[in-house]
Amino acid sequence: MERPLTEYIQPGRPPLDLKGYEMTGGYAAVRKVLRGMSPAEVQQQVRDSNLKGRGGAGFNTGMKWSFVPMGRDAPGPKYLIANADEMEPGTFKDRLLMEGNPHQLIEGMILSAYAIQASVSYIFLRWAYRQAAQLLRKSMEEAYAAGYLGRNILGSGYNLDMHLHTGVGRYMCGEETALLNALEGKRATPRAKPPFPQVSGLFGKPTIVNNVETLCCIPHIVNKGAAWFKGLSYSEDSGGTKIYGASGKVKRPGAWELPMGVTLRQLLEEHAGGMKDGFTLKGVLPGGASTDFLTIDHLDVKMDYTSVAAAGSRLGTGTMVVMDDATCPVGFVHNLQHFFAQESCGWCTPCREGLPWVEKILLSIERGEGREEDMQLLHMHTRLLGPGNTFCALAPGAMEPLQSALKYFGEDFQRHIKNKKCPY
Amino acid sequence: MPTIHIDKIPYAVKAGRNLLEACLGLGFDLPYFCWHPALGSVGACRQCAVKVFKDGQDTRGKLVMSCMEIVKEGMLVSIADEEAAAFRSQIIEWLMTNHPHDCPVCDEGGNCHLQDMTVMTGHNYRRFQYKKRTFLNQYLGPLIHHEMNRCIQCYRCVRFYRDYAGGNDLNVFSAHDHVYFGREKEGVLQSPFSGNLAEICPTGVFTDKTLKEHYTRKWDLTTAPSVCQHCSLGCNTTAGERYGTIRNITNRFNGEVNGYFLCDRGRYGYAFVNSVNRVVQPLLRHRAVESVDDVTLMEALTMRMAHQKLIGIGSPRASVESNFALMQLVGKENFYQGVTEELAYLEKRIVDVLGSGALHCSSLGEIAGSDAVLVVGEDVWNTAPVMALAIRQAVMKKGFLANTTVAPSPLDEISACTLHAAPDDIARLGFAIAHLLDPSVPPVPTASEEIQRTATSIAEALRTARRPVIISGASCYNEALIRAAYAIATALDPTERKVGIAYVLPECNSMGLAMMRAPSIDAAIERTAFEHDLTVLVLENDLYRILPAKKADDFFRRFKNIIVLDSLNNLTTEKATVLLPAATFADGDGTLVNNEGRAQRFYQVFIPANQHIKESWWWLWKLHTALTAASNGHECHPDEVLARLETALPQFAGISRAAPPPDFRIHGEMIPREPHRYSGRTAMLANLSVSEPKPRQDSDSPMTFTMEGYQRIPPSPLIPFFWAPGWNSVQSVNKYQQEPGGALKGGDPGIRLFEQKAGADRVLFTDPPDAFAVRDQKWMLLPQHHVFGSEELSGTAGAIGELTPAPVVALSPRDARQLGVVEGTIIRLRMDQEEVSLPVKIQEGLCNGVALAPAGWPGMAASNWGTWVNISA
Repeated sequence: MERPLTEYIQPGRPPLDLKGYEMTGGYAAVRKVLRGMSPAEVQQQVRDSNLKGRGGAGFNTGMKWSFVPMGRDAPGPKYLIANADEMEPGTFKDRLLMEGNPHQLIEGMILSAYAIQASVSYIFLRWAYRQAAQLLRKSMEEAYAAGYLGRNILGSGYNLDMHLHTGVGRYMCGEETALLNALEGKRATPRAKPPFPQVSGLFGKPTIVNNVETLCCIPHIVNKGAAWFKGLSYSEDSGGTKIYGASGKVKRPGAWELPMGVTLRQLLEEHAGGMKDGFTLKGVLPGGASTDFLTIDHLDVKMDYTSVAAAGSRLGTGTMVVMDDATCPVGFVHNLQHFFAQESCGWCTPCREGLPWVEKILLSIERGEGREEDMQLLHMHTRLLGPGNTFCALAPGAMEPLQSALKYFGEDFQRHIKNKKCPY
Repeated sequence: MPTIHIDKIPYAVKAGRNLLEACLGLGFDLPYFCWHPALGSVGACRQCAVKVFKDGQDTRGKLVMSCMEIVKEGMLVSIADEEAAAFRSQIIEWLMTNHPHDCPVCDEGGNCHLQDMTVMTGHNYRRFQYKKRTFLNQYLGPLIHHEMNRCIQCYRCVRFYRDYAGGNDLNVFSAHDHVYFGREKEGVLQSPFSGNLAEICPTGVFTDKTLKEHYTRKWDLTTAPSVCQHCSLGCNTTAGERYGTIRNITNRFNGEVNGYFLCDRGRYGYAFVNSVNRVVQPLLRHRAVESVDDVTLMEALTMRMAHQKLIGIGSPRASVESNFALMQLVGKENFYQGVTEELAYLEKRIVDVLGSGALHCSSLGEIAGSDAVLVVGEDVWNTAPVMALAIRQAVMKKGFLANTTVAPSPLDEISACTLHAAPDDIARLGFAIAHLLDPSVPPVPTASEEIQRTATSIAEALRTARRPVIISGASCYNEALIRAAYAIATALDPTERKVGIAYVLPECNSMGLAMMRAPSIDAAIERTAFEHDLTVLVLENDLYRILPAKKADDFFRRFKNIIVLDSLNNLTTEKATVLLPAATFADGDGTLVNNEGRAQRFYQVFIPANQHIKESWWWLWKLHTALTAASNGHECHPDEVLARLETALPQFAGISRAAPPPDFRIHGEMIPREPHRYSGRTAMLANLSVSEPKPRQDSDSPMTFTMEGYQRIPPSPLIPFFWAPGWNSVQSVNKYQQEPGGALKGGDPGIRLFEQKAGADRVLFTDPPDAFAVRDQKWMLLPQHHVFGSEELSGTAGAIGELTPAPVVALSPRDARQLGVVEGTIIRLRMDQEEVSLPVKIQEGLCNGVALAPAGWPGMAASNWGTWVNISA
């Protein structure tokens, strides 16, 4: 089983420096592309590989790039941005990639930037990832010194600058248009689409924002080809491997690079080692806090975009949060809603006012102060904070764990209200 | 025009508009908050949700925010859809989770968009059971009161303050449901447009602080359409009164002039009307009892005036009617403009070029829509703030701006090309531009390389523009600027573009007075040197603001009889032997001609309890009839004065059409000044008398001082308030417009007196001035205008007084060094006939050889501007 993204990541050891990275075949893809591939060829190869965005939306990466205006008359400068603002609760896959092999990200960014002919690139990094920041900074310096970044890269005439930008810790910045506003020095509120960032993004110029894991796939696609990458996956749905993760009361919490499309059961039982003794599985958020619960009935669902969607949830970031039978679902969901309410940017009414209300209701239910009407209010919010009703996807995402909790664990809510206390 | 179907009924709508605008334009009551015609759509509040269906088969439809959807042919829309209506009602419930529900003690109550929208959606019961978030409020200065708990986070305030008006000291802070709109630290709001926050805010977060001092609900105000008295732009206002005092000024939409916004001078300058300094009683001076009754007064006046040669001094801040009534009384050859010779000369030039019809005179609306603006020397920000706001809108729409002024201006920030120089040098730049655009204009000799370079880039931008506007004005007291602006405008080929010109003048009726083409005050002074036994009538004009005190004293000393008409006591009224109390814009009617040549009527808001207060034209007419013994008991009306004016001075042809005549009726009804909810009518003065007096009649206009009359939308010049069923707040202006944000129904008010004439001869100005030469030990004295304090009436009282900057003399850093003075050093300015001592302000960017002194400051007479003065430390 191949693990291209994490092959050279050794837990407990410092990551490869430039020399070490080059010895593993690093930057060969950059050489290959700059010496003999046109941007269109790179775009086509990535499109053929069926790589889908690993940030959660699962949009074909090559297709996304193809919306960028190309050619001599295209507006410039164009920008490529690595979305490294990994703040989805339960998610730590990008951290693994950045701390484990920072040059891989940089190489992926150079290739992606070349594919859209961007001349400036940014890594928008979550402020708390201090170690990643330090490692990326050092690796970027090495890459500049070696001529992989800067002017006239490897004598090809292609120029690319790279900057590291650390945010201040807003979940909102994971939304690509809010990220652009933050990068421009404005408030991190989302922008209306259209225009899409591919056409009018950072400072009004064509911009691609890709997730870290997505970008890390690019060197391998370029080196080994689209067919190989497609073949890594168990699933028709998307090519490549996926970094899956598990947190909660499992025996071995962690993150593993596995073929796209392994089942939930394989993940939980083989890789996470099953539940800790004395705990049984109650529910799983398969792709971070903003995805719907799956339950023991869904253990044989393949963890790819379409299969998880068919089961009523989303693959999201692929890093699951496991809920056991000793944890109160109401408290669990309240904790999530506290996070989402706090991370609302305050731009649109339903999210700004609805989420705190939901949070307060959940807290009162958890404290045994809930009323029968509160259930109606919760249901109403899951309905009205749906996609399209709010300005961006934050509130609809926040409603996913709530609506599925109401569906699967409704009895728990009722017991809180009836008994006027938390039964856990 | 695309056809859309709203609840299954087809409507033709204008292409390119959004669905919300289309629905509002069709008269639907669709609630909204964050959208505003001047600010556009941002999709934040989610209040204007409607259902859109894919096709006839689609029964579920999709909720969309109507402000974010552009209308498309065949669009199937439902406003009434249950789900959409429930969502809109839910938005209100969400907004209300933290709203304090303090309407009874909120200044916005009864004039509140949030109230209106709440009622419109049907929300009436709040299910939120928890504590509301609360905020600390801030002190924001004397104009705006802050009450953050009421905020519904529509972001309109910051979008107006920052994006629209260019302010930077109000912002949005924090996030989620703690979003806070205010300043980083408490303090006075710095933008001169801050007062608009009170109108742009859909609820009571930002309210008019001066109204608070004498608070009255909107429904209890008697209001009349008015015109701002505090600069030459003629912004349309609504003035509100109760118990005989003016309570507030709000914006009155006029798409061609001020649109939705006023400056703070215009909004808060009204305090003078209520001032204790008002002239309240006719006085015959030098008698044991000076205040007199009408009969004694008229007797005395006719006696003093009969068989006397009269001269009249007109006023740029008095109405056309009053000035013309004075001209009629004293005779055309004895009427003088109450402005200095220099200013009269400048204004004559402006009237000449605009009157020639060779150029189109731009309205503010046209300036906001232009694609290139060149400001030639005028400090627009301070002399005509709302014009600066219009210029900013042109720039925001990617228009070009070149701002050339004597001193740095806030407009420089958005200007692509900036020059700070002496007026003559700015004029030379102008002629250099004109030469580049039209080689038949001779080149400017010995123009510096900097001037050439700047001229080239400005000429290039103007050449590619389709709707360029050239702006200049009188505030630099430099005639070459007027000519230069005209030369540039005429040098642009009009077959390829629509060229506009605009001149800023000093006062609200400067244009109307200048159009009367009378000699200046200096001519009057000269005449008195050899002609004695004259009686002078001074109309609403404090000559001590124009002339050095000594000169004014000398002038008055030559008359035995000095008849002064004015509303406020000042140094000139002190000199009066007969003083007559004149009405202000609030207690009288009149017509003003703005800088664009637009004649606009302002209407009396209330009849003052003090019946001595009358419009100056009324007094002057009465004197006229008394002297000619032609009265027959006939009362005079402004329309009669204007009709005579049109006959006597044909340049005013059409002015009487600025407003409907006094006998105008709709279905036999007049237009009420009081809204249908006016309260306390019979109780208001019951402490004095319980018998209800007969309503006061207004024979000067088709408006009444009561609640009774025509209850629907009146003709645009007669709109006393914006109010529509379900729309109590000022947002109801939508209902008065042809389309949201468009012209008022029946056209925007005002009659333009200058129209471009095909084939009109263009005057060729070919004489650039010599370059400005710095003189040894002499400085050219120029006025530094300020939004607050430079204008006479607004500058005297209240909040404006508080915001008026301390007087200083600005010098360039080099000149300060040469004089050996530092910031704050008191220096002595020796002018022609007087001396003043003021502290120094060292101003970066100010050119050498020029000293700027505060315009309108007592002790700094207008006749000094443009003269050379001595300065000693």
